[in-house]
Amino acid sequence: MSELSKKLQELLEKQRSGQLKAKERFEIPPQEMPQQDSVVRRSNMNEVALGYTEEQARLEALRCLQCPTAPCVEGCPVRIPIPAFIAQIAAGNYAGALEIIKEYSLLPAVCGRVCPQEVQCQEKCTVGLKFKDVMKSVSIGRLERFAADWGAEKAQTPRAAAPTGQKVAIIGSGPGGIVAASDTRRAGHSVTIFEAFHKPGGVMVYGIPEFRLPKAIVHKEIETLRKMGVEIVCNFIVGRTRTIEQLMKEDGFDAVYIGVGAGLPKFMGIEGEQLVGVYSANEYLTRANLMKAYQFGRGADTPIARSRRVAVFGGGNVAMDAARMAVRLGAEKVYLVYRRSEKEMPARVEEVHHAKEEGVEFCLLQNPKRILGNEQGQVVGVECLRYELGEPDESGRRRPVPIAGSEFVLDVDTVIVAIGNGANPLLQQTTPGLKFNKWGNIEVDENCRTSLEGVYAGGDIVLGAATVILAMGQGRIAAAAINEYLAGKRR
Amino acid sequence: MYKILSKKQLSENVFQMEVEAPYVARARKPGQFVIVSVDEEGGERIPLTIAGADEKKGTIRLIFQRVGKATAQMADLKEGDSLGYVAGPLGKPTHIDKFGVCVCVGGGIGIAPLWPIAEALKKAGNRVISILGARTKELLILEEEFRRFSDELIVVTDDGSYGRKALVTEPLGEVCRREPKPDFVIAIGPTIMMKFCCETTRPFGIPTQVSLNTIMVDGTGMCGGCRVEVGGKTQFVCVDGPEFDGHQVNFDLMMKRMAAYKDMEQRAYEEYRQHRCKIGLNQTKRSS
Repeated sequence: MSELSKKLQELLEKQRSGQLKAKERFEIPPQEMPQQDSVVRRSNMNEVALGYTEEQARLEALRCLQCPTAPCVEGCPVRIPIPAFIAQIAAGNYAGALEIIKEYSLLPAVCGRVCPQEVQCQEKCTVGLKFKDVMKSVSIGRLERFAADWGAEKAQTPRAAAPTGQKVAIIGSGPGGIVAASDTRRAGHSVTIFEAFHKPGGVMVYGIPEFRLPKAIVHKEIETLRKMGVEIVCNFIVGRTRTIEQLMKEDGFDAVYIGVGAGLPKFMGIEGEQLVGVYSANEYLTRANLMKAYQFGRGADTPIARSRRVAVFGGGNVAMDAARMAVRLGAEKVYLVYRRSEKEMPARVEEVHHAKEEGVEFCLLQNPKRILGNEQGQVVGVECLRYELGEPDESGRRRPVPIAGSEFVLDVDTVIVAIGNGANPLLQQTTPGLKFNKWGNIEVDENCRTSLEGVYAGGDIVLGAATVILAMGQGRIAAAAINEYLAGKRR
Repeated sequence: MYKILSKKQLSENVFQMEVEAPYVARARKPGQFVIVSVDEEGGERIPLTIAGADEKKGTIRLIFQRVGKATAQMADLKEGDSLGYVAGPLGKPTHIDKFGVCVCVGGGIGIAPLWPIAEALKKAGNRVISILGARTKELLILEEEFRRFSDELIVVTDDGSYGRKALVTEPLGEVCRREPKPDFVIAIGPTIMMKFCCETTRPFGIPTQVSLNTIMVDGTGMCGGCRVEVGGKTQFVCVDGPEFDGHQVNFDLMMKRMAAYKDMEQRAYEEYRQHRCKIGLNQTKRSS
């Protein structure tokens, strides 16, 4: 028996007899996530984080104090009873753990991988607070992933209630759409998902790379929906192929959930953004992920720049994904240019850490001033300006202030702009009566109800920029509201 | 779905297909386009303007030029085969109105997307003067179709092998100097042609629309690959266009962006051609 197993057995003994003290729990070292070697993974697309072993999971689970106040639950956007599922993992009852999670989150294998836990559940964890270090909190996300992966092969298809004869249209097959589809289907409605791309999954397929979220996981969730009887229609652009009005008035849909996600990528409005070699992160990642441009000439026909030196602008998860993708596509040098300091970066700590391990160079407190091009209109460099942190701004983060005369040039041939997205104007152009705010996001009430009867919305098109878990949460709220609305219509 | 019901070769590298796409056929309006791929797995997504539709049959007409691997693969498909997928219609439809005298200028493959627009302009009660241009006689397409509804048809070829020996800008300039002056011009063709059509009409102050066919991935406003500079502002061809006020478009920038993947595209096309050669596909006869 290995050292680890012995230790685990010892702790489990005590736990069973109710002798395990908080002090002993604190002494269990936080379990490191096994991961692919940082040099090897630079040239493959495989998942980086490999997942806990059973022993690791149970040890990590034993670190949880099971505090009755459970502050972690408050930090979770969908309020998973975290201590309860962790207790099941500690006890070795993984099916029980998964059952608890699934009642609240439909996509634990996804959320366990991509949720920003350190600013949600793990931020509030008592263990982390005790060590004054959020990285020492119980790794709730990794435990969620463990339970989900363990159950992946054993998952059962949820059953739908007796048919109601009512029809629900779900626009967009991202995380919000998947949850809304599942929840409305379970209530017995006939459900159709409309997806604009040729493959369902939304941001989980076109945006988040394979090395962070294997596509097989997403496909499985989609297959589950199909098995439940949800119809998925791809290459269908609501607003253009059919309008919402046509879906409801002519095609017989009684309710609609809009989960179309983010839209137009933002650019900085600086000189040179039209040059060849300047990508939005959306374009770069879509080419690489959805269109598999990394296999260009070997089964994939979508090209992508073969870059030597790349600059990524931005400090969020998408910026990290783009930078790490550029590494895998063979760039010798990848810079990440961010105008604030690392502390202000919105990216998950784990992604920042992984990006650094893979050799991405962080250019902090710097900001591009203009992109330089040659006569053919190709990028040859970026002129940047150095910044320092001033007083806090309205977001509470210290405002970066440019240092006059600090210009310098980064020698790059590719630029990826990852500074967020605006709203897609398509539905606004084509849906009279649907209310939008001044940024083009759909206005909804606390039940995700829009200004049009029977039409609900959630995720990025409502929130501007959200996360997978927030989109899922809204999909669930909207589905509950739709089910209630349709029940009312049946009466 | 997306079955090819008929296929016709219009010139050496230009093909016409009727493709089953009932939703698109029902919704499309002149000026809109579709994203097409020959292969659901790995196929490139390419934007093609819709050259017409039959709502009852549920088919759309696509006219495309063999320029790279994706279009070569399409050209190799036969009647009864199917496309990987067709998504659309995309883009804003052309604003059709009764303008008065309309000049419709089409160059090369651009004549195809111009067809439904010019026809719609005629139906709206305009006097339609069509100017069609091609490099040489064999490459001129849809002349008969345009003759049917145009009030006046001017054909030019670069080499003088058919019609007038001129570029389209020459008759366009003449028409602009006529009384009454045209009220509206629409030009669709190679970027350089559209640029010079706009230069021709600019001094006369005649509103001139152009339809841009830039590089795209999703076609729904998500990737930004299709962005162009119009009036000094960034616009997305897929959701803000594909038609723009030609006098505001920065064509020089657009031409540079269009060349972004030239080398890779050529290599892919070359490899595909060699592959076809090996398996004897290039022995097939013209189907028209």
